[in-house]
Amino acid sequence: MALQAIVGEKLAMSQVWVDDKVVPVTVLRVEPARIVQVKTTERDGYTALQVTYGTKDPKKLTKPEAGHFATAGVEPGRRLVELRLDSVDGFEVGQEITVDTIAQGTRVDVTAVSRGKGFAGGMKRHNFAGQGASHGNHKHHRAPGSIGSCSFPGRVFKGLRMAGHMGHEQVTTLNLEVVQADTERNLLLVKGSVPGPNGGVVIVRNAVKGK
Amino acid sequence: MKSTDLVDNQYLRSDVPAFGPGDEVKVHVKVVEGNKERVQVFQGNVIARQGSGVAETYTVRKLSYGVGVERTFPVHTPTVVKLEVLKRGDVRRAKLYYVRDRVGKAAKIREKRER
Repeated sequence: MALQAIVGEKLAMSQVWVDDKVVPVTVLRVEPARIVQVKTTERDGYTALQVTYGTKDPKKLTKPEAGHFATAGVEPGRRLVELRLDSVDGFEVGQEITVDTIAQGTRVDVTAVSRGKGFAGGMKRHNFAGQGASHGNHKHHRAPGSIGSCSFPGRVFKGLRMAGHMGHEQVTTLNLEVVQADTERNLLLVKGSVPGPNGGVVIVRNAVKGK
Repeated sequence: MKSTDLVDNQYLRSDVPAFGPGDEVKVHVKVVEGNKERVQVFQGNVIARQGSGVAETYTVRKLSYGVGVERTFPVHTPTVVKLEVLKRGDVRRAKLYYVRDRVGKAAKIREKRER
């Protein structure tokens, strides 16, 4: 787990120039996050920060949500997001977490829900090779091929890769370089691509692997 | 307005002259050799302009000792010190890839006559 984490929104991809070289970046909007609840090992069994960001019309809150924000004494935000951390020492309810927790030049991991691809075949979902276009092949160009043996074992093994729903799952991209952390405009620029559609919620944390 | 305009606008150059496919241009490029820096000139015809915003690029084609050489530059790159437009070309399409298959007079691009 990470020492620091923040929550943001994927805006879009773009490019910047660093030392006269083009660097492809993903622009993330990271608004200051307000801590609503601090989860501790003694009380909750794990350590995490529950945060919210942005603003939401108080009339649109459900009663439980409104009560939760009221007890914390925090202005209601767009969403409640949990950031799992190694340690929550020094964090308290109401405190704000801003972009500058992630420094420029450091490496981060970005977690988001990937784009849904619907029901996808084996070639798209598992990079199967498919079958020949010619040599007498008829209507089986994208079929998976053999899925097992004959009367022994007489069944298809569990977990065999087949067609099915693809995407719309949590994906983490590891070790992305932070190109710029802009506190003034609440933007975070990371090198490379990030899972999910534009406008999707992303969680950025310090890289847990790598250097 | 694009959502990344906040980031992009600071990288856009305002000193880029108006030019298009068919124009003959002189591109002054910054070249770094070891720790020395000098300016190299690449002169030729613009055969394509592609993309939009910060990511826009153009392709310049020239003949070097009888061999066609093409270079693609980002419009807003800081490595181009200066961009001069020498001639306006009279062309009918946006991408002049057909000049690659032509030699001699057939590959020549007519100059636009101002009226």
